[in-house]
Parts: sequence; structure tokens; C-alpha cells
Amino acid sequence: MAASAPISADESLVAGLMRRPPAVAAAIILALVILAALAAQWVAPYAPSKLSIASRLQGPSLAHLFGTDEFGRDVLSRTIWAGRVSLAVGGSVVVVSCLIGVTLGLLAGYFRRLDGPLSRLIDAMMAFPDILLAIALVAALGPNVVNVVLALGIVYAPRAARVVRASTLVIRELAYVEAARALGVPTYKILIRHVLRNLASPITVQATFIFANAILAEAGLSFLGVGVSPDVPTWGTMIAMGRQFMDQAGWIMWFPGIAIVASVMSLQVMGDALRDLLDPRLARTT
Amino acid sequence: MARVILRRLVEMVAVMALVVTIVFVIVRVAPGDPAAMMLGPDATPQDVVDLRARLGLDSSLFVQYGRYVAGLLQGDLGQSIFLARPVGQALWERAEPTFFLTLFSILVACGIALPVGILSAYWRGSVFDQVTTTTAVFVASIPSFWLGLVLMQVFAVKLGWFDPSGYGGPGASLAERLHHLVLPAVALGIVSSALIARFTRASMLDVLGDDYVRTARAKGMGEARVVLKHALKNALIPILTVIGLTAALLISGAIVTETVYGLPGVGSLVVSAVLRRDYPVIQGTLLIVAGLYVLINFVIDMLYLVVDPRVRY
Repeated sequence: MAASAPISADESLVAGLMRRPPAVAAAIILALVILAALAAQWVAPYAPSKLSIASRLQGPSLAHLFGTDEFGRDVLSRTIWAGRVSLAVGGSVVVVSCLIGVTLGLLAGYFRRLDGPLSRLIDAMMAFPDILLAIALVAALGPNVVNVVLALGIVYAPRAARVVRASTLVIRELAYVEAARALGVPTYKILIRHVLRNLASPITVQATFIFANAILAEAGLSFLGVGVSPDVPTWGTMIAMGRQFMDQAGWIMWFPGIAIVASVMSLQVMGDALRDLLDPRLARTT
Repeated sequence: MARVILRRLVEMVAVMALVVTIVFVIVRVAPGDPAAMMLGPDATPQDVVDLRARLGLDSSLFVQYGRYVAGLLQGDLGQSIFLARPVGQALWERAEPTFFLTLFSILVACGIALPVGILSAYWRGSVFDQVTTTTAVFVASIPSFWLGLVLMQVFAVKLGWFDPSGYGGPGASLAERLHHLVLPAVALGIVSSALIARFTRASMLDVLGDDYVRTARAKGMGEARVVLKHALKNALIPILTVIGLTAALLISGAIVTETVYGLPGVGSLVVSAVLRRDYPVIQGTLLIVAGLYVLINFVIDMLYLVVDPRVRY
């Protein structure tokens, strides 16, 4: 599938992205969100848990750009700190799901005998809606950050696996892979050196979409109270808290929601642009 | 044809068997004793022993699995631990709001997505196309529960047009119950419309360049008829597919949206089951929802076979 994509030509990829204004805008927003999260202790105007009962439930003002919550905590600072958790969970989910997904996909795509059973397993896992499977797994494993990552990693692994399998099926028939096989190169070396390297583009594209979905799913789980502990500020837990004050202090739930939309939309736009650039055969569906 | 159907049927059964196995295994991946987990820290050792016996946890995993499958084959999804009734009954009692919510969400989604998708394909590259395509990405990025909250804030809390939550109490009339579903259905429908619009546009683009469309135009047929009758008819299969799958996946959004609006549906049932560790209810819901998804997929594949004789797997 992506075997023909010029992976080494990194400059052309960057140049290609630069030619797309939406992708540039998305990259800038994403960079800002990530930088703010990384540099939270310097960027956030207040400590995220600094209480100030005197200034509770204040609307947006110069002192508190996003207003304050029911304990007088600064909503902007909390949104920035929450971004750390939400993005870290999203990023970790990408790593876990790609590790599982790439392994499953490689095995299914490369070894014909494994393809049938593994593909059925992937089909079966895809039959569960993401949030439902995730809450069931979190319920079984116990509600904490690590298990949320693990659960969502398992939930999104089949998506990575499908893409990897499809690409592997193409790559394994290529002449140089056949040549390597004929030369007696051990299978694991073929898989890592020849197959895996050519999977970089489809995996990158898929990882971007998984990242976006993971942020949405984590927010959903945290909102339901079946994910990260409610005391940990994430965008989802902030919305859940703000919900109780929607009639008098709507901003508490607006800003974390806007942060989610901005991050997820940027990731999706980036994913679309990367797919167009790296995978011309899929471009027509977008 | 019969062989193809048979093969897909065997595949579907295999996938369902795996779904059942996954549902069985999920509860067993829990570290520690499921019975102790379900009862929580306040349980006496005797309670745990009793529950273990009730759930049949003392026999080997294979025996438990066999018993589970045997039960399922007889339509027995198990007993809820907290609701004192069979899981199947608990699900059935909660089915109505979820069913209507899903149905109305799909209607809202199609009402937005089909015209938008068709027109943006027809006016490809126009301002309309660019605006709607961008809007679709934006809409797909909104968490449905958050949109639900914002709509609730505006239309229920501020304007007072709707009740912010609930399903109208036990004696509520159908109209009253449906009134409670308006906001959640709009929230879910808007979010789901993005994917359907995207597929509609792509699918229409595929057929609008085809020969028969040109022929229809050459015959002097009106544009509306060319697009709606000739093109749309042929673009419909992929669109129906994505609508079917969206319906199956809507349950994911419904879980959270039902909780937002306090609707007594399957979603809030499963959330309360998770909070109380009522594993049989979680398992039953997973099984029914995944089963529906597999079934819808199968039906769609069969429709392909009927509608498009070129399809041979």
C-alpha cells in the first residue's frame, strides 16, 4: 500500500505539509497545546490547585482569562495542567495500541496461516464500540491512569493491526523481500528490516487518528467517572465538575471542551494531510 | 452464491464465538477474585464464598466457559448481582430510550449529512464544499457529551424549552418521553453526521464521473433527476454501510449522552453496572451490542450481494 511512498524524503513531506494552510494551522495549534502542557509550570498563571474561596465562580476576566471554578481555582491554569494528563494518556495509548497492533498486523499479514484466526480476532475486537469496551476493561482492571491507557491501547490496537496487515500483505510480495527470503535472511530480520520500515507511513497516519480518538475516549471515560480519578485534572474530569455549575458558571466546562475540540481537530487535519501525502491511493476518499 | 453466503455465515459465527470468548475473558483478566471485587471491601468472607458459589467460580475455567456458552445458547445472559433479575430482562427494560435515541440520532445525522454530502460532491471544490468539508472535521472533533452539555445549557437551562434531564417519570406519555430525547438526539446526530457526510461525498464523487451519469445528462434529463436518481442510487451502498455501522457504534455515544441527560437507557445501565462492578450486566451489554454490530455487518454484506451482482468475495 505505502510501499511506494518516499519515506526517506522528509523534506518533501514537510514541504508538502507547508503547502496546505489547514495543515499548517493544525500544526501550530497542536504545537501550542503540547508546548503549553509541557511547560505548564511556567505558562500557567496560577498553581492548578491554588484555592481562593473569595474569588470562586468568577467569570472570565483579565485576572482569570477563563474564569474560576467553585473553589476559586483558575480555570486557565487547570486547563493547561489537565492538558498534560489528557495528552500524556493520548500519547501513551498510541504507543500501546501501535505496539500491540503492529505485532498482530505483521503476524497476520506475513504468515498466511495466522491470517485467518488473527483477522477474525481483529474483527471480533472491532465489533465492540470503543467506549463500551474501554469501560468494561477499566472495570475489570481497576480505575486508574495506567489501566485507562492499557484499556484504550487494547481498544485501538485492532485499527493499527488492520492497516499494518493490509500493508504487510503487499510488501511481503515485493521483489526485494522475496530476494531476502531466497538469500536465507532470517524471518525476524526480514520483518524488522524490510517490512516494518516500509510501514512507517501507514502507521504514522493511523497513529494520528488513534491519538485523536484516544483524547475523545479518555475525556468520555473521565467524564463518566470510570476512568482517571476525579481528583486528577483532565479535560474530561474538568467538564464533569463544571457540569454541576452550568447554570451559574458555564465557562468551567466550556474551556476544557474547547481544548479537546482544538486538539482533536488539529490531529484529524494533520492525519488527513499526512494520509494524502504519504498514501496517495487513499487520498480520493477524503 | 449459496457458497458465498455460507462462507460469510461461518465467518460470522467464528467472529461471534470470539466475541463471546472476549466477553468471558475480560472479567477474568481482573487481578484477584472477581467475587471479592464485585462485593467490595466491606464484604465478609462468607459473602465472598456465597457469591463464588452462585457465580460458579469454584469450578475450572473451562467448565465455567462451557457453562457460560451453554447458558447463552439458551438465551440466558446470566443474573444481575445488584438488580435481582436476569441480565436479559434488565437490558430489555432499558432498551426503549436507547432504541429511540439511536433511531432519532441517525435520522438527525442523515437529515444533515445526506444533503450536505450530495451537494458538496456536486459542487466539488466550491466554497460550499470547502466550508462543509472543514465543518465536518470540526464536528467530528466535538465530544458528543460536551456538545450535549452545551445544548442543555442553552436550550434547557437558559431558554427552558426542554427538561435538562430525565425521561419524564414512570407515567409519562410517549410524546413526553420523546420530548426528552430531542436534545440528546440532536447532540449525537450532529456529531455522527460528520462521518456520514464524508462518505456520502466520497461515494457521490465516485459515481458522478461515471458514463451512465454522462449518458443521462446527454439525454437531456434534469440535473436533479440525474443526481438524485441515477447517481445517488449507485452511490447508496457505501452510504448505507456507513449509516448501518454508525447506528451500531452510536451506542458508544449513547452511553455517555444518556448519562449526561439522565436517560434510563442501556448506557446508564452499563455505567452504573461498572461503578457497582456488576459484571454480568457489563458482559451482557457487551455481548448484545457487539452481536448487533456483527449482525448489521453481515446483513450489509448480504445486501451488497443482492444489490451488486459483481460482488464476489
